[in-house]
Amino acid sequence: MAKTKVMERKPLTFSEKTFIPQIASGLATTFGNMFKKTVTLQYPEERPVIPENYRGIPTLVKDPKGRVKCVSCQLCEFVCPPKAIRINPSEIDGEEDPERAHIEKEPATFDINMLRCIYCGLCQEVCPEEAIFLQDDFSLSGYTREEMVYGKDKLLELGGTLPDRHFKWDKKKLAEESNSGHH
Amino acid sequence: MIQIQTEETVTISVDGKSINVPKGLNVIEAMNSVGKEKEVPHYCYHPKLSIAGNCRMCLVEIGTPMRNRETGEAILDEEGAPKIGWIPKPVIGCSTIISEGMHVRTKSPTVLESRNGVTEFLLINHPLDCPICDQAGECRLQEFSAEHGRGYSRFIEDKNVKPKRTRLGPRVTLDDERCILCSRCIRFGQEIVKDDVLGFVDRGSYSTLTCFPGKELSNNYSLNTVDICPVGALTSTDFRFKMRVWFLKRTHSVCTESSVGSNTEIWSREGKIYRITPRRNDAVNDTWMTDSGRGLYKSIESEDRLKAYTMDGLTTDIDSAIQSARALIDLGGVGVLGSAFSSVEEQFLLKNIVDHTKAQFEMVQHLGDGDGLLVSEDRTPNLRGALVNELLNTLPTKCPNLLIKGIEDGVIKTLLVFNEDLSEIGVPLELLKKSVNIIYFGSLRNNTSDQAKIVFPTLSVFEKEGTFVNQNFILQKFNKAVPGPAGLVSDIEVLNRLLLGANDQPGFTHIADLWTKIAESNELLKGISWEKITSEGLMLKQEKFGALNFPETKNLKYKPVAELQAT
Repeated sequence: MAKTKVMERKPLTFSEKTFIPQIASGLATTFGNMFKKTVTLQYPEERPVIPENYRGIPTLVKDPKGRVKCVSCQLCEFVCPPKAIRINPSEIDGEEDPERAHIEKEPATFDINMLRCIYCGLCQEVCPEEAIFLQDDFSLSGYTREEMVYGKDKLLELGGTLPDRHFKWDKKKLAEESNSGHH
Repeated sequence: MIQIQTEETVTISVDGKSINVPKGLNVIEAMNSVGKEKEVPHYCYHPKLSIAGNCRMCLVEIGTPMRNRETGEAILDEEGAPKIGWIPKPVIGCSTIISEGMHVRTKSPTVLESRNGVTEFLLINHPLDCPICDQAGECRLQEFSAEHGRGYSRFIEDKNVKPKRTRLGPRVTLDDERCILCSRCIRFGQEIVKDDVLGFVDRGSYSTLTCFPGKELSNNYSLNTVDICPVGALTSTDFRFKMRVWFLKRTHSVCTESSVGSNTEIWSREGKIYRITPRRNDAVNDTWMTDSGRGLYKSIESEDRLKAYTMDGLTTDIDSAIQSARALIDLGGVGVLGSAFSSVEEQFLLKNIVDHTKAQFEMVQHLGDGDGLLVSEDRTPNLRGALVNELLNTLPTKCPNLLIKGIEDGVIKTLLVFNEDLSEIGVPLELLKKSVNIIYFGSLRNNTSDQAKIVFPTLSVFEKEGTFVNQNFILQKFNKAVPGPAGLVSDIEVLNRLLLGANDQPGFTHIADLWTKIAESNELLKGISWEKITSEGLMLKQEKFGALNFPETKNLKYKPVAELQAT
């Protein structure tokens, strides 16, 4: 057994016994901070500035023409380390939606369990269609577990529209219509 | 098609290393026998089809030892080793048959450059829509592009536009842009099914796969073209966009459509089956299977599925169901209508029950038209299992006349029915209503299960493990792919508890334990254990059954005894 060493406690001096110097120095700190610049935020009224490339919650985005970019390739579902994503793929009905018939595939349901998500960003990295982005939203709340599983509509609403550089499906459609070839 | 006739081997040198391979192979197959690292990439070559040699992916360098033309002596180099005369240009591996002393280079700069070049040409008009392509994950083009592609395209011109969603037949959809013109599907139609419906039209980069006018790809083997398509051009309309293949778990199984017993692979995810594909077994089904066999899994999600043990139509638990069944059986006067859809293990236990209770046993035959390939006349998977188990000595008839007579005479008071619907095999329902207690074992609801006093819902072939004996007496194993409905125990456990008595513990905990019992008591299955049954199956001795006149006529791997004797 280890030996315990009893430390000798020094007796308090007279000024320490009165506590006055300690109170004074403490109050000096308090009042001093009143005139300094605040370091805290009045959350949730005030919100922090989110830096670029911040990894908030994953969301689904649309292109500037309002098209849902996800084609349900399920790579994000595959790569997701905590298995938070669950996609149910489906075929686009060409007769019902001739505008998008050439894309052929879309998610029927797209669920992300935000209680499982670890904000690693692998889904964004793996997405071949640039359809899923971890954006600046970081605060989630809900009363039940089911509420924390975000569906396709909610993810699209949170994601909004992001600029597109390719419009690859539009080019494909144009080529198909003119029968001239595409890139 | 490459077929090895002899057991001779030849010695060849692969990348400087000598190996022995069977004589008569082509370079692709020879390299496959060496190992994965020597694999020669290929698209148009298929082991069960003729050789077309049009994809040019399997280019390798070939050389033979040089000989002096006058004397015939080997020419030696400075170091005294035989000098190799390399063919100046690479040759295709699929149509090059190996010969003694041949030298093959599979990784030389020329070979790699050839493959890279072929890949680049194949990709110039390929749409690269892997994110929506069903073949992604099992696509040969995707795999070899990762190995031999350059990662970017030098092709600055416009890609060809071809039809993207052509309906070739009721079950096959074609995406022409993805097609690399390997012609495997065309050769399959011509050579295996003898139903010539596919062909190429137009020339050069406009070449397009299509059906001949007025025809469609509707034969019962059309989905095999989807399997052999090395890219995502031919897709299954049923499986299209359902699930990515990398999520699916593969389980080895056996098709129950007919006594052929095609080897299959069941692709499932989280207890749901998505598709069934053939598994190569050269003794049973080569690499093919029927379209009709691929759809059989849909019955397990049927509305008619029996999901609970019932007594007089009321749900009960398994213990009381077994107790009541035992009580009925113990009264005597038992008739058993067995099934050729039951596995060998179930039939073995049933045989024991029949022997114990001195029951009257009968089975019925299910016949249909054979197609000469992979559907035989006998539409049950395990009739020969009943013969092997000695449940039967002769072939069954279409109608259980003995049992009907027994019921009419009042000898049979309790009737155990396995999988059969009595009203369909000619037993009048009025007869059953009067005087007999039916104990029904089956997975789907039918007229008989409605009439039954006790119903034991059984598991489907996808939900249990066991073995079948196919038309050639090959003992084949099937494994459990998905769990059965909640609360159901396996069929062999139910039968075993029926045999031992309701309160006894099951005599085995695993099917392997049951197999030790089977091997002990059956002469034909002696020495076989559950682990010994490989995925290729085990051939059983069939001399004993030579006199039986089986209904099967000649098909892909079956010859009737009469024909065998004639040849």
